[in-house]
Amino acid sequence: MTEPVMLTVNGIDYRVNVDMGRNLLSVLRNELGLTGTKEGCDDSECGACMVLLDGQPVNSCSYLALQAQGRSVTTVEGLTPADGLHPLQRSLLEQGGVQCGFCTPGIIMSARALLDRNPSPSEEEIRIGLSGNLCRCTGYAKILAAVAQTASDG
Amino acid sequence: MTTRTERRVGRTGGLIGDSPLRPDGIPKLKGEFEYAQDLTAAEMLWGATLRSPYAHARIVSIDLAPALAVGGVHAVLTADDVPGRGTFGLEQPDQPVLAGDYVNYWGEPVVVVAAEDQDTARRAAAAVVVEYEVLEPLVDPEEADRRDETFRRMKIRRGDQDITGDVIVDGYYEVGMQDQAPLGTEAGLAIPDGHGGVDLYATSQFVHVDHEQVVASLGLTSDQVRSHPTGIGGAFGAREDVNLHIHLCLLALHTSKPVKMVYHRSESFTGHVHRHPARMWYRHHADMDGNLLRVEAKVLVDGGAYASTTGAVLANACYFAVGPYRCDSVTVDGVGTRTNNPPCGAMRGFGAVQVCFAHETQMDRLAAALDMDSLDLRRRNALATGDAIPTTGQIIETPLPMTEVIDSLVAMPMPDATISDSPLSLPGGTGLTTEPTDVSRGVGYALGIKNLGFSEGFDDYAQARVRLTAEGATVETAAIEVGQGLVTVLAQIARSALGVSRATVRNVDTSMIDSAGSTSASRQTQLSGGATLEASTRLRARILHAYNGDDLDDDGVWSEGRLVTPMAEITEGSWEETATFRHPATTEPDENGQGVIHADFAVAGHRAVVDVDPELGLVRVVRVDTAQDVGKALNPQSVRGQIEGGIMQGVGLAIMEELIVEDGIIRNPNFTDYLLPTILDAPEVEALLIEKEGSWGPYGAKGVGEPPIISSAAAVAAAIRDATGRPIDRIPVRPQDIALL
Repeated sequence: MTEPVMLTVNGIDYRVNVDMGRNLLSVLRNELGLTGTKEGCDDSECGACMVLLDGQPVNSCSYLALQAQGRSVTTVEGLTPADGLHPLQRSLLEQGGVQCGFCTPGIIMSARALLDRNPSPSEEEIRIGLSGNLCRCTGYAKILAAVAQTASDG
Repeated sequence: MTTRTERRVGRTGGLIGDSPLRPDGIPKLKGEFEYAQDLTAAEMLWGATLRSPYAHARIVSIDLAPALAVGGVHAVLTADDVPGRGTFGLEQPDQPVLAGDYVNYWGEPVVVVAAEDQDTARRAAAAVVVEYEVLEPLVDPEEADRRDETFRRMKIRRGDQDITGDVIVDGYYEVGMQDQAPLGTEAGLAIPDGHGGVDLYATSQFVHVDHEQVVASLGLTSDQVRSHPTGIGGAFGAREDVNLHIHLCLLALHTSKPVKMVYHRSESFTGHVHRHPARMWYRHHADMDGNLLRVEAKVLVDGGAYASTTGAVLANACYFAVGPYRCDSVTVDGVGTRTNNPPCGAMRGFGAVQVCFAHETQMDRLAAALDMDSLDLRRRNALATGDAIPTTGQIIETPLPMTEVIDSLVAMPMPDATISDSPLSLPGGTGLTTEPTDVSRGVGYALGIKNLGFSEGFDDYAQARVRLTAEGATVETAAIEVGQGLVTVLAQIARSALGVSRATVRNVDTSMIDSAGSTSASRQTQLSGGATLEASTRLRARILHAYNGDDLDDDGVWSEGRLVTPMAEITEGSWEETATFRHPATTEPDENGQGVIHADFAVAGHRAVVDVDPELGLVRVVRVDTAQDVGKALNPQSVRGQIEGGIMQGVGLAIMEELIVEDGIIRNPNFTDYLLPTILDAPEVEALLIEKEGSWGPYGAKGVGEPPIISSAAAVAAAIRDATGRPIDRIPVRPQDIALL
């Protein structure tokens, strides 16, 4: 059974007809074409599907599209400035925090949420802030360094 | 002397030894990079797979009618619909594209469906009614060995077989089944070309071998299939075998429409092969001074239901069964069993990981029996250039800095001995289970060795084409970028060798270039890098010759410091060179496993520091230090990225990552129950790169992808043993291995 849903994603209002059981991730990727958000596990374990919902990080695989109605959704596409890179993106690039890159958009969203609420996190706070994001390539060292660099650059 | 090109390009970075920004970094960071998951085509259908719910059964009947009755379904296909050979496999084509009369493992594909969307395809696949006669599965690999259900047996006999040492140490070791767990699951898109052929874009490590298997299994001709490299969310061996590739082509050709498939994570756990679980029996003999006199080993790896690369994994495990030590009396018997367990194949380390845990534990026990420092024992027996590989007798001709690795590792600073009272730094973490006073700290060392490139006489080569146009240099290759940074390093090689500052790497499909070989065995930097270096060098020489010059840079050709021909004029012509690079030839083993089996070797060592709560059996890995033989670090940042990532997978294998298989069924096929290390589990890592040029790789580079995982798991296990005094003879180490009496 489909239902019209009003979604605000990256500041743009969308009206989509979706099955009531559809998760937000599937609607972002398949209905809105925002494929920067990834499905890694469909189980809220890997964080590849992390988006911001009113500024809070959520696993969009485990969140109904219906629940996002009337709230502001930000994906990696919305975080990227029109001309260039967000400081987090710049630091990850410079530090070598990107390998296969499949976890990267989710990492960026979690890190953004962390720095928004705590602009000067300790190493331990960065680890806690990113503990919902799996990365299989990097061993995390360069991701940790990149978030720390972004914080210290202000 | 600095050349003009080095001065010019050096300002922006991007030559050999630099760590330029990776060219695919920005699209990946923006979410714009196109992974196989993101591919789409007009009128595209979605595929889904129905898999066996049993580890072993006879298929009595299949009723497709309920699936065909689902609206939006375009095709429901079984083994009867597969033309051609109908089977595939990397070493032998023993696996059916779709199961016919029997299913031989839990999760084996039986039916594939194409429908208008993914949900419909999955629903239709689930609606197929298959009647099975359930059979007793063979799941005990030792029973399979007794019944001679095997893919390969190995026999290695070297030196005097009757030597007995003054000190003898016996051991039995087990390694569990690890999953590669790349973050992107298997995905792909097949597009029919309208003339009976098909274009395939799917997750892969080796598009030419995918192509070969699609062609043979579906009875097509070579020119009817083009396999295209595509964006991949990690690999680690999981993508060396085909899985959805043939199904996609079959469905696309059958429906005459593009068909896409993306495996769900739970399906991915059955859709690709895993690291072989191993059982290993060892006996080490030494004299009272600690000279290794004789090593005897039996190595069993369980290949599961189909061959995949079991033969090569078993061979590797046997060839490196002694580790990086001199020994002139060796007996190794190996068996790769055939059971009804999940098929196993390539994973980073490829057999060397399993035996490393065993031989390194043996070395620690031998040191204890001799009352000798374990590093002194290792140093005394360490292999060096000019020595014979203990199993095969092959003389090591390239630099093998094992002693430098040991000395470097020992010299690296140890972490602060104080146990932090922060919950996150304690075993059990935020579970708040452990007090600092309950913690025992342990330190463990392990050394590893592995071959680089394919072995045993395999004709291992890579082709690359380099063009020079007004846009700069372009490297064309079918080599797969899995995240390791191949696209960065090939461009660095082209810039350095050709002399221009702009170079890009362009992936092309199987119809446009010959094979680059597999992105595995730590081989692409050496092989595709070698081809890129050769093509670039030849192209530069041809251009210099054509314009009577002595230097080439972005401005053009120079002679004695004067610009003789500007670049714009040069690039009016067509400049390209194609090179095929082969590593030194290897031989098949003789009846005793002897021969020049391998093209080259790399060594590494790891020191792990762990904190353990011995009562609860909880472990936190505090720090891992490593020294690694890299030949020449062409891109130091990428090398360190491989080291840090590989160590993390080694830590996972040591303490948490295991597929639990009961009666052939995987009990934890999801990320909730198959535990992967998070950033909270990540130890501090310090890496020392040991550069000893002399290998045949470009600029003396060795492959660096696998050594980080060979001995890191063994070092963590050794550290747990040190902290607890427990035997620790299997990995992953479980709480009950530490806490139970």
